[in-house]
Amino acid sequence: MPKTLYDKLWEDHLIRQEEDGTALLYIDRHLVHEVTSPQAFEGLKLAARRPWRVGSIVATADHNTPTKGWERGIEGIADETSRLQLQTLDANIREYGALAYFPFRDPRQGIVHVIGPEQGATLPGMTVVCGDSHTSTHGAFACLAHGIGTSEVEHVLATQCLLQKKSKSMSVEINGRLGRGVSAKDLALALIGKIGTAGGTGFAVEFSGSAVRGLSMEGRMTLCNMAIEAGARAGMVAVDDTTIDYLKGRPLAPQGSQWDRAVTVWRKLKSDPGACFDAVVVLDAGQIGPQVTWGTSPEMVTGIEGAVPAPEDFADPVTAEGVVRALQYMGLTPRTPMTAINIDKVFIGSCTNSRIEDLRAAAAVVRGRRVAASVKLALVVPGSGPVKRQAEAEGLDKIFLAAGFEWREPGCSMCLAMNDDRLEPGERCASTSNRNFEGRQGNGGRTHLVSPQMAAAAAIAGHFADVRVLL
Amino acid sequence: MRKFTQLDALVAPFDRANVDTDAIIPKQFLKSIKRSGFGQNLFDEWRYLDHGEPGQDPASRLPNPDFVLNQPRYRGAAILLTRDNFGCGSSREHAPWALEDFGLRALIGTSFGDIFYNNCFKNGLLPIRLPKVEVDGLFDQAAHAPGYRLRINLETQTVIRPDGKALSFEVDAFRKFCLLNGYDDIGLTLRHADKIREFEAIRRIEQPWLFSENL
Repeated sequence: MPKTLYDKLWEDHLIRQEEDGTALLYIDRHLVHEVTSPQAFEGLKLAARRPWRVGSIVATADHNTPTKGWERGIEGIADETSRLQLQTLDANIREYGALAYFPFRDPRQGIVHVIGPEQGATLPGMTVVCGDSHTSTHGAFACLAHGIGTSEVEHVLATQCLLQKKSKSMSVEINGRLGRGVSAKDLALALIGKIGTAGGTGFAVEFSGSAVRGLSMEGRMTLCNMAIEAGARAGMVAVDDTTIDYLKGRPLAPQGSQWDRAVTVWRKLKSDPGACFDAVVVLDAGQIGPQVTWGTSPEMVTGIEGAVPAPEDFADPVTAEGVVRALQYMGLTPRTPMTAINIDKVFIGSCTNSRIEDLRAAAAVVRGRRVAASVKLALVVPGSGPVKRQAEAEGLDKIFLAAGFEWREPGCSMCLAMNDDRLEPGERCASTSNRNFEGRQGNGGRTHLVSPQMAAAAAIAGHFADVRVLL
Repeated sequence: MRKFTQLDALVAPFDRANVDTDAIIPKQFLKSIKRSGFGQNLFDEWRYLDHGEPGQDPASRLPNPDFVLNQPRYRGAAILLTRDNFGCGSSREHAPWALEDFGLRALIGTSFGDIFYNNCFKNGLLPIRLPKVEVDGLFDQAAHAPGYRLRINLETQTVIRPDGKALSFEVDAFRKFCLLNGYDDIGLTLRHADKIREFEAIRRIEQPWLFSENL
C-alpha cells in the first residue's frame, strides 16, 4: 500500500505499541531550552536517573535572553528569575552533558528552531522534539517534529522515547506561483484563515504542491512553524534538492561517504504516489495576497485589501462573541480598512521569521526609506549569531539602522516578551511572530501578525500598507 | 502522579472558545524553575484587574469580580466547562500545573489543543471531549442551576448529569490505565529498556549519521 511521508517516519521510529495504539517512538534529536527544561532535569535528579543519550541533546538559551547589553554578561540581566533560569540550564548541561550547547552570548547561540537546522543538528528522517510548540518548524526537513510538555521532556531525557498515538494525516497542497510581495508567512496565515486554529487538531500535515516546492528551506520552515497555529501536531515537507543543498556542509551534517549514504536514504522521504490522506486541503498560491491579522487568534486574518469584520458577519454565536471580545481588546472598529490601522511598534524576528531570507526580504523594502516618525520602536532581532553575522556581511544591518530600526542580538525577544522587549498596554505592533493572543507580546499589547516584508512596509508607512506598492 | 478515578464536583462554565495557554498562565510566570505554585496566577490577566508579576502576595491583588472563577457561586469548582480548542498554543506544561494547583481536576469541552491535552494526563487532570450538542446542554443546565455539579467516572467513561443522564466519552486505554493507577509513565517505559537499546543499536548501524558526536 502506498505510504505517506508521515507513515514512513512513524514506522521508522516505532519501537513497540500498546493495544490501544499508544506507541513508543524513538527520538533522534532532543532540543532543550531554559524555560521548559528545569523541572524535567529536577525530576530526573529526584528519581536518580541519567539521560539515556546525551549525544541527542542540543541546548541553547533563547526565551529569556536580552537582545542588548550583552557586554555586561549575565549580570546585565536585571530580572533575577530570568537570570536564574539561564544559570539553571548552564548547571544542568554541565552536570549531564549535551552534544552541543550554545549558552547566552555564545557566537552560535540563537532561537532553538533556527540553530537546529543551521548547525545541521536537524537532519531528514529524524524525530525531533523540544519543549516548545514551534518544534513543528523542523518538519521542513522531512522530520517528524513535535512540541512536547515538560513531563515529556523528562520522559525523553530518561528513555530516549516518546509515548504517542498516531495522528490522522492531512495533505495541504499549495499550487501555483506566489505573487510579488507574498511569502510563506502569507500562505500559512491564509491557510489558518481557511481551516481555523483547530482545523489541524489531531492531524500531522504534509505540505506539498508546486508553491511549496518553490519555497526555500527558510520559507518551508516558516510554513511548518505555523502548522501548530493551525492546531496540527506536526508539519512536514518531503526531501528534494532544496533540502539536500541546504544541509551540505553544515557542522553536524554527515560528510564524505556517510553524506552519500545519507542522501540515498533521505531521497526516499516523500509520500508514495497514490498515498491516502485522511483530509486534503488545496490552496492556490496565486489567489493569496499579503495577510494581516486583526484579532486575538491567528485565524482572525484577512488580506491587506480587506477590512476589520463585524461580529454579525459570523453565524456561530460563540465565534461572534469571540469577535466582539477580540475587537474590544484590539481597540478596532468593524469595517475599518486594514490600511487605516496605525501602529506603534514593529517586531521583525521570532522562530517564524528571523532567518537570513526574512531579513533580506524586509531590508529590500526598507532600503533607502525611513521608519515613520509615529513609530516608537522598530526592532530587528536576528534568529541566531550566524544569521546576524551573515546579515552584517551583506550590509543589511546598515540598511535597517539607516532607516531607524534597532539592530539587536539574537533570541526569542518580543515574540513572547519574556525578556525586556515588550509592548506596553494598548500599544499596537506589526509583528512577524506567530501568535496574536491577548497579552502575548506584553500585557495589554495588540499584535498583528504579518510577513517580514509587510512588517517593513508598516514601519515605513506608520500603518499597515500593501507591500506590493513599495516593491 | 495523583490518581483519577471518580469525581463529584461543582462546575464552573467558562464560555469562551480558543482559550490559549498564554491566557491560562502568562509568560512572566514561566520563569519559575518549580512545578508548583502556579494556581494563584491561573488566568492572571483575566482574573485580576492589576498587572501580575511573580512573587506578589495574592492578598494584595485586585480580583476582577466579573471573571467566572472569582464569582462566589463557583468557588471550589473542580470541573471547568469550556468551548472549542481549549489549551491551544504554547506547549507550556505550566498551564495544566496552574489548573491543577488551582484545584481543578477535570475539563469538559468539545476539543483541546493537542499538546495541552497530552500534558493534562501527565498531571492527574482529565480532559473530556464531548460532542457540541452535549457541551451546549451542559452550559445551558449550568446557567440555570446554581450549584450545578457533575459526576465523572473514569472507569466507566461517563459524565453523569444531575438529571441522571449519562454522557459517555472516549479516552485512550493506556492513558486511562495510567490515570486510574497514578502511574509514572517513565517507569512504565523503562520496563522496555532492552527493546529500546536493541532498536537503538540497529539504528546506529543503519543510519550512523544520526549519532554524530562531534561538533
